[in-house]
Amino acid sequence: MKICWQLFVTFLNIGAFTLGGGYAMLDMIERAVVKRRRWIEHGEFWESIAVVQSLPGVFAVNCALYVGYRIGGTKGAIAASLGAMLPSIVIMLFIAIFFTDYKDNPTVEKIFRGIRPCVVALILSPALKMCISAKVNWKTAIFPIGTALLIWWFKISPAYIILFAIIVCLIHAILIGNVE
Amino acid sequence: MIYLQLFLVYLKIGLLGFGGGYAMLSMIQFEVVEKHGWMTLSEFADVVALSQMTPGPISINCATYVGYQVGGIIGSLLASTAIVMPSLVLLYFVLRYLFKNKDNFIVRTTLKNLKPFVAGLIFAAALLMMNGANFPDVGLGDNNVSIIICAVTFVCVFFFKVNPMLLIAIAGIAGIVFF
Repeated sequence: MKICWQLFVTFLNIGAFTLGGGYAMLDMIERAVVKRRRWIEHGEFWESIAVVQSLPGVFAVNCALYVGYRIGGTKGAIAASLGAMLPSIVIMLFIAIFFTDYKDNPTVEKIFRGIRPCVVALILSPALKMCISAKVNWKTAIFPIGTALLIWWFKISPAYIILFAIIVCLIHAILIGNVE
Repeated sequence: MIYLQLFLVYLKIGLLGFGGGYAMLSMIQFEVVEKHGWMTLSEFADVVALSQMTPGPISINCATYVGYQVGGIIGSLLASTAIVMPSLVLLYFVLRYLFKNKDNFIVRTTLKNLKPFVAGLIFAAALLMMNGANFPDVGLGDNNVSIIICAVTFVCVFFFKVNPMLLIAIAGIAGIVFF
């Protein structure tokens, strides 16, 4: 029970004070779990994170789930992931409730007119970075470009595309796996 | 009915959300804006900006906000629970099976090859947001402030790794000054 409480408080802290999303939280998680509490060893932590990273879903919550499960079993997993989620839900709920009142304020409207094009660029950047890290060349550029066009122009659901991509990549991997 | 719809949509996003927050944003955008019309593209951009400025994972922030818009406090709790449910279940299998097969060639290769598709997903999110509502001054005159904001932000974040929150703050000030 004590360990569950510790897990909850640790991840509550991380969830409440890390700005900038999942990968910024990873640094905080490592500091708390590996360096301060010494729950998990350095090597094991990073090996496991590599696996967790490849799962679908919210990265930071998946990390919390893994650490919680590893330290405190099922109860620990629930405590840690609740802790990680709670601050964003509470903070965002407050904003949602009050933002609707100020949305039509002329100054607020001007601020957001400036912010919207900025957000577009903030989304464009990780897409390009992912292409670079996946070593996309002129030939394989067909995959990101094709995917983007199918969604943007032909309005095909990203869900279908990602399912299709998983199947294709899986078959490809099985085939070249057999050759080797 | 709306609660069930909200729950199912976020369950789907949680299950197929490979590749982190931004990839999920494109899925959220498609479901919430394009398919169900729960909010406009401008509102969506505002939510993304607000999520960037508040602590915690962007996808949960976004789910909470959209859930509240659609179904009040219950809606926001439903959406943010639904988005993490699939990984909760999946992780059990992973902890039992995948962790013991960390070097599994097939799993590793599949996930590596999925990356270009995920990048395309994120590109689509950005393309969909390049519309008249988010760039209202385009084509109206010779001072295209919104395009300049977009271009400058891109250069700052892509080449110089400037903190996104700082860029959002500057863009907000630019909005007051130029609009």
